[in-house]
Amino acid sequence: MNRRHFMRTGLAVAPALTLAGRLFAAPPGSPRFLCVFLRGGYDCANFLVPWSSSFYYEKRPRIAIPKPDPAIMDGALALDADWALAPAVRDSLGPLYQQRQALFIPFAGTEDLSRSHFETQDSIELGQPLQTTRDFSSGFLARLAGTLSGAAPIAFTDTLPLAFKGDAGIASISLQRAGKSPFDATQTAALRGMYAGGHLESAVTEGLELQQEVAQAMQEEMQAANRGAISTKGFELTAERMARFMRTQYRLGFVDVGGWDTHVNEGAAGGALATNLNSLGKGLVTYAESLGEEWNNTVVFVLSEFGRTFRENGNGGTDHGHGSVYWVLGGRVNGGRIAGEQVRVAHETLFQDRDYPVLNNYRSVLAGLFGTMWGLGPQQLEVIFPGARPLDLKLV
Amino acid sequence: MAALAALALVGCASTPPGAPTAAASPDMPWLERLTFGVNSAVLAQYRKLGRDGFLEAQLHATDERLPEAVSQDITQLAIGQVDAARLVLGLAAEQKRINALPDGTEKQAARQKFNDQGNQAAYEARRRELLRALYSPAQLKEQMVWFWLNHFSIFEQKGNVRWLMGDYSERAIRPHALGRFRDLVMATLEHPAMLQYLDNAQNAAGHINENYARELMELHTLGVDAGYTQHDVQELARVLTGVGIAGAEPPRLRPELRGYYLRDGAFEFNPARHDFGAKTLLGQPLTHHGFAEVAEAVDLLVHQKACARFLSRQLAEYFVGDDPPGALVARMAQTFQDSDGDIAAVLRTLFTSRELAAQAGRKFKDPMQYVLSAVRLAYDTRLIENMHPVTGWLVALGEPEFGHQTPDGYSLQDAAWSSSGQMSRRFEIARTIGSGSAGLFDPENGGPATVVGFPLLTTPVYYGVLEPSLSAPTRNALQRARSQQEWNLYLLASPDFNFR
Repeated sequence: MNRRHFMRTGLAVAPALTLAGRLFAAPPGSPRFLCVFLRGGYDCANFLVPWSSSFYYEKRPRIAIPKPDPAIMDGALALDADWALAPAVRDSLGPLYQQRQALFIPFAGTEDLSRSHFETQDSIELGQPLQTTRDFSSGFLARLAGTLSGAAPIAFTDTLPLAFKGDAGIASISLQRAGKSPFDATQTAALRGMYAGGHLESAVTEGLELQQEVAQAMQEEMQAANRGAISTKGFELTAERMARFMRTQYRLGFVDVGGWDTHVNEGAAGGALATNLNSLGKGLVTYAESLGEEWNNTVVFVLSEFGRTFRENGNGGTDHGHGSVYWVLGGRVNGGRIAGEQVRVAHETLFQDRDYPVLNNYRSVLAGLFGTMWGLGPQQLEVIFPGARPLDLKLV
Repeated sequence: MAALAALALVGCASTPPGAPTAAASPDMPWLERLTFGVNSAVLAQYRKLGRDGFLEAQLHATDERLPEAVSQDITQLAIGQVDAARLVLGLAAEQKRINALPDGTEKQAARQKFNDQGNQAAYEARRRELLRALYSPAQLKEQMVWFWLNHFSIFEQKGNVRWLMGDYSERAIRPHALGRFRDLVMATLEHPAMLQYLDNAQNAAGHINENYARELMELHTLGVDAGYTQHDVQELARVLTGVGIAGAEPPRLRPELRGYYLRDGAFEFNPARHDFGAKTLLGQPLTHHGFAEVAEAVDLLVHQKACARFLSRQLAEYFVGDDPPGALVARMAQTFQDSDGDIAAVLRTLFTSRELAAQAGRKFKDPMQYVLSAVRLAYDTRLIENMHPVTGWLVALGEPEFGHQTPDGYSLQDAAWSSSGQMSRRFEIARTIGSGSAGLFDPENGGPATVVGFPLLTTPVYYGVLEPSLSAPTRNALQRARSQQEWNLYLLASPDFNFR
């Protein structure tokens, strides 16, 4: 995928004929973007393993992932001379990387140093310069949605994430807890009628429509299951359902995945972190497959609020750190490589003698990516990430 | 037959024969905000005491008598039988025992049992709160217990909080819910649930943990923009060193420290862990030592103007609206300061204000208010048997008690509860409540349901309270209902019922 590919069909300049930002007809081939937020600060050093670093093996005696070995088919997968993929994602993200549909950006993150989940997730989702007073009613994805007319945004979460907070009401629905039986046409009309003209009108309308769509999707799933398809669960199930929405009417999605705060017994090649990574990796492959042809128009961006301490702690886990590793996936991303500014992983390069440094600021990276995906100019990017210097890492 | 009879009523919902006239109705929007939903008991109390008398009774919780069956139910709960200090020690011993077992099925079974006990204790704590919220005549107090549990939020999955949260609400929150704010801060500060949740139990001289100190200022007393600095956080963390949870035996102390040692139930102040160095908080040098210094610091915090404003604003957000009028907040803050943080006095300012009246019917009910008011409307004072459906609805709507992971508590803003997915889910719950007994009358210890079929929402309370002010679109929907269940769905899903 290159800029020209996106530009050819990608810009929806006409005002959207929508309720609450919902697009009814988007040009085919327009980019689709899914943001996956790993809440809790995942341990990136046990995902993208710095296997050439003796320091890594020295400081993680109990939880280091063994070096890749060509003779071991289910061990870590060497991506280059320095980096290897954790065994837990070898069979899911490994092939994507080899097909150049995945790339990773180490030393990525924010300059927020609170090391608080709460603070840092908020500041990333808002995407505002740290020095300014936070405006909690304006998230970066909402600003992106506002910049692209007809972005058709949706959050696959219970409550609307901060990233999507803005003036326009954006749809949000959790696909894990969706109900099976929607209201019939009469009931839907009556329920909508009661809220017509009020400020919750669009939320009610969207909610009832989403409920229909989810019920429809579940119906199809059941039919597929009856034909002998393997039933999925957890994030894979969410991913499959998300794809139903994202391959048709929605173009800007957000989902979050929890359970990454591994202070205690995080494990190494196997264990708690590996289990979580495994499920996430499989889910993303499911997402790619379920999108079909639309995978070629899609970029999935995986991020987390911070990395974790480089040294393991006294409880076989890791504590809150700083720099992270972001993932970029998609049918036509410029993949099969490790992107962004890097340093050797060693004692002297640690930030504050404990964490990965942040060399690739998330605002700059995303501004660069959005600029290329949608052909946005400096003024538009300034609205989305005020004061950020877009960094073109040639991700797509 | 019941359905047919109800349908007959539905047909003429807009002009009910024999229904009380609107003129006889008390100030409904006001009562709706003072309670978790108006029911026949509220109306009776209001008619007996009049408006002023009702408000005073609510402000001072003069009548907290629960129905006999509810009192008995609460007395029998296992969480009421144990003392927190013994519990903390017992849990630590049991965890130690389990950890020492060899890996295998015995260990696994012991873990499972331990876990099940924790879940049961957590459920009982929720059940007790919900029973009181549904049936206590002191409705404002019940709302304030919920408000403070959320303000001083703890999370059940941290440490042993599941076992302790019942005691936390019973002993730290409830006695002070309408009392002095300072007492509330001190009671939460000394409670083992808070000490575990925000890690102050680990905070010791030389091993500083700032977690609780930061939240004590940011979330509990001053608010994030109150002008304190990172240095104040560090100083307060030093003040709080040694405030922790009592072990089995008192620590062995050097003679000069013994006078500072304190122990009360599960709470302990251990001077050996305390930093006795000089400290300055908010620009003021602290003059006391040991735990007296902690009390001095809390006094300093709760007497800040910022604290009065922060608390008043939060109360007004909860009871009045997302962006409460500044003049009202200022008057409440003035009351807070004049009365030395008397919560009831601040609430009197709020509930006698014109600003509240001007916001009638505009505040979207949060899930707790919604679920409780729906059950109170559907079943009035008829006691439900089973609390699991209620806790399940709160989970589905995203506001389970003790279920907020971060210490900021649930949002007080409408927007947090009215996204598209939340609206359709709320309608689904409206349908569940309206179309059957929803498991509310299936006894928890087994046996057949004591009530079957759907509730009849066309009660005297409905006619006296809700019906006169229904909006035209809602009447229109109700008139088109094809069954009583559908009528119930529309009423419980209507904006008239979802706002207060």
